Amino acid sequence: MGYAAGTLPEAFNLVVATHVSLCDECRARLMEFEAVGGAVLDDAAEVELSEGALEATLKLISSRAKDPIKTVWAQTGVFPKPLQDYVGGDLSAVTWRRMGGGVKQAVLPTSKDASVRLLFIPAGAEMPDHGHAGTELTLVLQGAFLDDGDRFARGDIEVANQELEHTPIADIGEDCICLTATDAPLRFSGVVPRLAQKIFRI
Amino acid sequence: MCMLTSTSSAQEKSALKANVSYGAVTELTTRIDTPSAGATNVNVQDRPQAGPWVAEVDAIKTRQDKAAFRALFQHFAPRVKAFLMKSGANAALAEETTQEVMATLWTKAHMFDPARASVATWIFTIARNRSIDALRKQRRPEPEDLPWGPEAEPDQEDVLALQQESTQLARALSELPEKQRVLIERAYFGDLSHSEIAAETGLPLGTIKSRIRLALDRLRHAMG
Repeated sequence: MGYAAGTLPEAFNLVVATHVSLCDECRARLMEFEAVGGAVLDDAAEVELSEGALEATLKLISSRAKDPIKTVWAQTGVFPKPLQDYVGGDLSAVTWRRMGGGVKQAVLPTSKDASVRLLFIPAGAEMPDHGHAGTELTLVLQGAFLDDGDRFARGDIEVANQELEHTPIADIGEDCICLTATDAPLRFSGVVPRLAQKIFRI
Repeated sequence: MCMLTSTSSAQEKSALKANVSYGAVTELTTRIDTPSAGATNVNVQDRPQAGPWVAEVDAIKTRQDKAAFRALFQHFAPRVKAFLMKSGANAALAEETTQEVMATLWTKAHMFDPARASVATWIFTIARNRSIDALRKQRRPEPEDLPWGPEAEPDQEDVLALQQESTQLARALSELPEKQRVLIERAYFGDLSHSEIAAETGLPLGTIKSRIRLALDRLRHAMG
């Protein structure tokens, strides 16, 4: 709903847009929320425009060409289109940074109110045990991970908040690639990951 | 979004999908109110029940009709400006951005798909995206389109159903209890998060979430 209303940080918007590209159910809900937004707009109070606003707009229009029809076709690749726009290509275009234990990350540029990164976790490897100061959205793009009995596969999102302390483990079948957005630093339980945290800005 | 209502799993399979399906047409066709807005100065005989403002957008698309644009502008521009100001723009920026939004409506008229959204919803999404650009200087990632893409000419039955549902939605919204309606409006327009709403209204967060959810549920039932 925050995505539909336009009130989320950019990092979260990217995760949601990527997820919606993979999940028809949420696409339907997004359209539903946008429909409510439209109804609210139509029902809303009005603020008068300045005199000559219509003429100014018509002038603006005459200075512009018609927008070309852009169909954002579904891509064949690991990354859906909105993510490819941020990465500048599919999986092969990612510039990874090693984090130890075979785990790699790539931070994507977004507004500073939240951050978003791609994570590469080798099949069977585990992420350090950590908790959260804010909200963390994790979308699986390839492979799967297990977390406390739940299995998350491509298209699934895990939402973690202050209450959750977890140690996600990549499923054994395939290396796991996730898109993760957080609005506050993670809290690691161990000392080494806490040191690494400073270096890797997570 | 499912992920925003659940704490640990996105796999919740709720029964919400039906809400944007095109059901309940036959029952509705017999009792559509002619919307008060729109469709006054444009010939709409070929699609008399297409929904408010659809004919005007179509007139812009097919023959660059300035009269249709003026009608749309008079109705929507003041609402868009109010939305932008509630989202944090000052009057000057809101004015400028509103003109941008309305100009975009003209240049994108050929992309409007009445089988997918009402005109109000379409303008809402344009205004929201412009406001993110203008106010927050951020990019707005959009989902990719469905693999089968937009139809060249949308199916008239789908158009009718979607537009009727939108009219019904508008009515349901206006019939919500005042408290719930206010919160929904603030969540969309006030650019408030649930916790900011809590801080501003003094209502506990849990109440707000459940009230917004309750209001959305009511809207769903009204749509069912």
